[in-house]
Amino acid sequence: MAPLEILGFVLAALEGQRLRSALSALGVAIAVTAVILLTSLGEGTRQYIVAQFTQFGTNLIAVSPGKVKTFGVPGVLGGTTHKLTIADAVALRQLPGVEAVVPVAFGQAAVEAGQRSRSVFVYGVNHEAATAWRFRVAQGDFLPPGEASRQGASAVLGPKLARELFGATAPLGRRVRIGGRSFLAIGVMEAKGQLLGFDLDDSAYIPVASAMDMFNQSELMEIDVMARSAEAIPSVMRAIRQTLVARHRGEEDFTVTSQTEMLDTFGRVIGIITVAVSAIAGISLLVGGMGILTVMWISVHQRTAEVGLLRALGVTRATVGRLFLLEAVTLAMAGGVAGLALAFATGAALRAALPGLPLHTPPGSVAAGLLMSLVVGVVSGLLPARRAAELDPIDALRAE
Amino acid sequence: MIQLEGVWRTYRVGDSVVHALRHVSLAIRRGEHVAVIGPSGSGKSTLLHVLGCLDRPTAGRYTFAGREVGTLSDEERSALRQKSIGFVFQFFHLLPRLTAVGNVELPMLFAGVPAQERRQRALAALAAVGLAPRAGHRPDQLSGGECQRVAIARAAVMSPELLLADEPTGNLDRAAAAEVMELLEAMHARGLTLVVVTHDPAIAKRARRVIQMCDGEILEDSGALADEGGRRGAERPEGAPSAPSQSGVGE
Ligand SMILES: Nc1ncnc2c1ncn2[C@@H]1O[C@H](COP(=O)(O)OP(=O)(O)OP(=O)(O)O)[C@@H](O)[C@H]1O
Ligand SMILES: [Mg+2]
Repeated sequence: MAPLEILGFVLAALEGQRLRSALSALGVAIAVTAVILLTSLGEGTRQYIVAQFTQFGTNLIAVSPGKVKTFGVPGVLGGTTHKLTIADAVALRQLPGVEAVVPVAFGQAAVEAGQRSRSVFVYGVNHEAATAWRFRVAQGDFLPPGEASRQGASAVLGPKLARELFGATAPLGRRVRIGGRSFLAIGVMEAKGQLLGFDLDDSAYIPVASAMDMFNQSELMEIDVMARSAEAIPSVMRAIRQTLVARHRGEEDFTVTSQTEMLDTFGRVIGIITVAVSAIAGISLLVGGMGILTVMWISVHQRTAEVGLLRALGVTRATVGRLFLLEAVTLAMAGGVAGLALAFATGAALRAALPGLPLHTPPGSVAAGLLMSLVVGVVSGLLPARRAAELDPIDALRAE
Repeated sequence: MIQLEGVWRTYRVGDSVVHALRHVSLAIRRGEHVAVIGPSGSGKSTLLHVLGCLDRPTAGRYTFAGREVGTLSDEERSALRQKSIGFVFQFFHLLPRLTAVGNVELPMLFAGVPAQERRQRALAALAAVGLAPRAGHRPDQLSGGECQRVAIARAAVMSPELLLADEPTGNLDRAAAAEVMELLEAMHARGLTLVVVTHDPAIAKRARRVIQMCDGEILEDSGALADEGGRRGAERPEGAPSAPSQSGVGE
């Protein structure tokens, strides 16, 4: 008995009940569509976040003041006994496996050039910020080495800020006033876009010591350390802790977080949300399975005479059962495949309508969608198949 | 080829017991043409189902081509039906979604005959019943006589040794009935063993051997061998052959 021939027979039987078959498959299709779209949205969001963070370099380790205890925000509840300083950053730069170190200060200030003025975010950094954060300079240069601790007077402008202040004229070599002090514009950055609402192109970069002085800050907001490789991250983190504890007289009054840790935690949270939401969508699969079971049950009842005939033609009980089981599985799988198609079509339409929407279908969820359809088909087909197989051929033949 | 020895078929309906067959003994040789007649409810269809291995005797022995059917599994009896036994029913039992040729292909489909050969043999079988031009029609596009001829083509296409027909002309007018009987008799003429259940005395008369049934028993068998007839008489259980029973259905 060739399986292909049997499949042909089953398809013809389903074809004979086109509307009913389509409707019962639709239940599964909608469920699979929902599951695929939701997992795509979850995975898309995760990838979007990862991309957002890693565009500023990978292998980053952040050192912030204050210790995160059981709860609380660093520096707020933890309290800092020893301040995180530029000297700390310089010390960390000496550690083996460290590629770059950026001391960061941050504030908001007015930037003026000629008649124009603009209030923007000002980052106090050093010359290594461009490397560590993967910033590219479009014109001129980034901050020169050595200026960071010296309260140098060079400034690098974000492209949007440069455009707003200088219009078409070249900003390089021009004077700008930032927070009331005079700086020399030595470079303009390449466009970088936004990060979580901060417009990075509408900001200025000045030496960190100048920024701390300008904003009247006695402590760094953060020190970013870039490890040479992903493998080096754990040992570098250990070395950072040792060095800073030693420098802070034995107190660990700072927090060291690696970017990977942060992304992992984030990915896990999104993963849990995605699974939970998809499981809820999966309940509709149960409903789809009930639909198939009902339709198959009615089908066995209506086709009792057919079962009797098949038995008279020498078809075994087992094969009769298999026919109906295959019918249920075919319905469910057709629903599953239709659901995938529907999910991809809907995804494409959504992307066209909302270009920013993060949708990324993980291959695993496609496989899972098909597998779930298969399981639903088998489970919902078992009972009707058994009923068909157990029909007495003589009673079945009498049904007309 | 066929040997029934003291076959009973008993149904239990609630508290009462219905004997559809009571102690039937019967031998049919290869190539015979047998008509089974009798009042409604006398057990004709039941006998045919037992002969066709669709049903199993409650008691007694049934031997088909040397094999005792009662001991065979569902698979073995199904294989027997597939290869050796053809059925023709009063209500045709064609699948409405399939064309004539599709219906005739059905037994070959489950027997694993390759598609091309299947189509060829089905068309040949349809041509043999004079329905080649109707091969692509579905049952609802065919007359009753044509439907029964499709069913005969389906029964013949696996070249069975035994053909069992349960009132094959019961739903047909005289002309269509004659056509159907001619086809069955032509198949018998080519060596097939034919058993026809009928209510029509004219059709019964065409058979060489007529078995008359009543209340699940064989009342008269025109073709039984003398010694078998004697044995059958001897084995008849106590109680008169015409005794009324709970299985008797009013006529
Ligand atoms: N499934 C069943 N349960 C109970 N009794 C049954 C069953 N099938 C048949 N019978 C009984 O067995 C007896 C013989 O039935 P059968 O169908 O063989 O008669 P028949 O001679 O073919 O009648 P008809 O000419 O009307 O077709 C009847 O009395 C019937 O009521
Ligand atoms: Mg009958």
